[in-house]
Amino acid sequence: MTDTLVAFDDVLASYDPAMGLEVHVELNTVTKMFCGCPTEFGAEPNTQVCPTCLGLPGAMPVVNGKAVESAIRIGLALNCDIAEWCRFARKNYFYPDMPKNFQTSQYDEPIAFEGFMDVDVDGETFRVEIERAHMEEDTGKATHVGGATGRIHGADHSLIDYNRAGIPLIEIVTKPILGAGAKAPDVARAYVSQLRDLIVALGVSEARMDQGNLRADVNLSLSPKGSGTLGTRSETKNVNSFRSVERAVRYEMSRHAAVLDAGEKVLQETRHWHEDTGVTTSGREKSDAEDYRYFPEPDLVPVAPSREWVEELRGTLPENPVAKRARLQGDWGYTDLEMRDVVAAGVVGLIEETVAAGASPQAARKWWLSELGRRANDAGVDITDLGVAPAQVAAVQALVDGGSLNDKLARQVFDGLLAGEGTPEEVVAARGLAIVSDEGALSAAVDGAIAANPDVADKIRDGKVAAAGALIGAVMKEMRGQADAGRVRELILEKLS
Amino acid sequence: MPEITRDEVAHLANLARIDLSDAELDHLAPQLSVILESVASISGVAGDDVPPTSHALPLTNVFRDDVVVPGLTPEQALSGAPEVEEQRFSVPRILGDEQ
Repeated sequence: MTDTLVAFDDVLASYDPAMGLEVHVELNTVTKMFCGCPTEFGAEPNTQVCPTCLGLPGAMPVVNGKAVESAIRIGLALNCDIAEWCRFARKNYFYPDMPKNFQTSQYDEPIAFEGFMDVDVDGETFRVEIERAHMEEDTGKATHVGGATGRIHGADHSLIDYNRAGIPLIEIVTKPILGAGAKAPDVARAYVSQLRDLIVALGVSEARMDQGNLRADVNLSLSPKGSGTLGTRSETKNVNSFRSVERAVRYEMSRHAAVLDAGEKVLQETRHWHEDTGVTTSGREKSDAEDYRYFPEPDLVPVAPSREWVEELRGTLPENPVAKRARLQGDWGYTDLEMRDVVAAGVVGLIEETVAAGASPQAARKWWLSELGRRANDAGVDITDLGVAPAQVAAVQALVDGGSLNDKLARQVFDGLLAGEGTPEEVVAARGLAIVSDEGALSAAVDGAIAANPDVADKIRDGKVAAAGALIGAVMKEMRGQADAGRVRELILEKLS
Repeated sequence: MPEITRDEVAHLANLARIDLSDAELDHLAPQLSVILESVASISGVAGDDVPPTSHALPLTNVFRDDVVVPGLTPEQALSGAPEVEEQRFSVPRILGDEQ
């Protein structure tokens, strides 16, 4: 069934959006939240399990201190208060991805609460209030067998791998985000994007959205414009890229508006996001089946972080990413637009390292944003996983600056680097990529090009200098790109003056 | 005093996936009421200076170092499973939806 949608501008004419974002961050601790099982990604199924995370009778959980430390640091970085005393709670539900039949979480006593994050949207600052950040554990992974699409519907049974069950999660919940209006989709995207930057800067998670280290749930509701009320919300689960967060908000705004325009009621329900088609579909309606009967976890004693410990952890916080970005933009001399592009591409850290290795900020930006960004995109990998190191980019640029490579040859050096052919210098030597600085060879090639293109040569003699491009092209082809185009141009103009 | 109704017992049984017959509901509902009343009598004893207690031991901050401890082999982990497929626990088709 296809949803009826209202054009985005028409939504805004009649309604105010309210959003709530819930982001689950999978911590990068070596072991799980309540047991010593490893957390390594991609292990064979059910090889990282023990009686505790399988929920076997009598098994006793013990809290991972490192996970508590990470939770407190995340809370502090989000300007939260840190609880002086808090407990874990059992969230009871029957679903085979949780073998204990409850998830150990926190209920009304989160470790961190009442914070905020200032989000930058097109140069404007928008404050997103944080309700809470609490500790919990991840679930196992279910594979549905028998259904045509691998989804639940139509499956005849499911296979469960509990390697992921019990990996520490921090769930960060915003307060209702009001007043964003037309910028609601951008605010949602910017919030998740900046939150990821913060998590990366803290070093508490791999923060790979494609591997599910960071998962966003998007709550959205509409209310009649200016009414100041809150409408019924939908909750779109597992939106796993920045762009999808923006698209999901936009889609749900358009869908809600159509429901409301038709005089119907929005159902309070879970929606599934479909990355390929950019739509949401109905999951399950929230009902009284969702009665989790939370109660304090009797097997875990309360967590009471001393104020000394909290202050010690506050001292370990990295520079705030927003402040850092402003500082780097100043240092690098980027325009607002250039800075926005590198932030959106997620290459700020890579450029920082490339500049530290000696490249100019503009050269670093050029390589990461266009050439390497395109290659990562083509390969379908995160740019940080492309396989080219910032120091290598700086080394390639040094060869360009020194006159032994031009940009075109440099691109071939990147081919070699990606093929694992060694250092930039080794690739240049092995592939014979260095620019020919032999004036004799260059001069002969220019003479050849002039002789082969007498019409063009005449035009240049008549003063149409722009025609030189055709001859430069011919010379560069003859030299297999291994010439300095600027020097070729000089030679052509000298010979035809 | 808290009174637990037959409907509430039926609801809780459903949440706990316990299949109770009408006769069992009739039998259990009054019993649960009596149990709740007995437990509730404790709050009559505790004064205002006694905070609600969730743990018997006066401990906080019992933490584990983030160090791997060997767990079970997949064979051990799956040994109690009624059905196993592809080194995973095989479970019946899941109605409803993922959490």
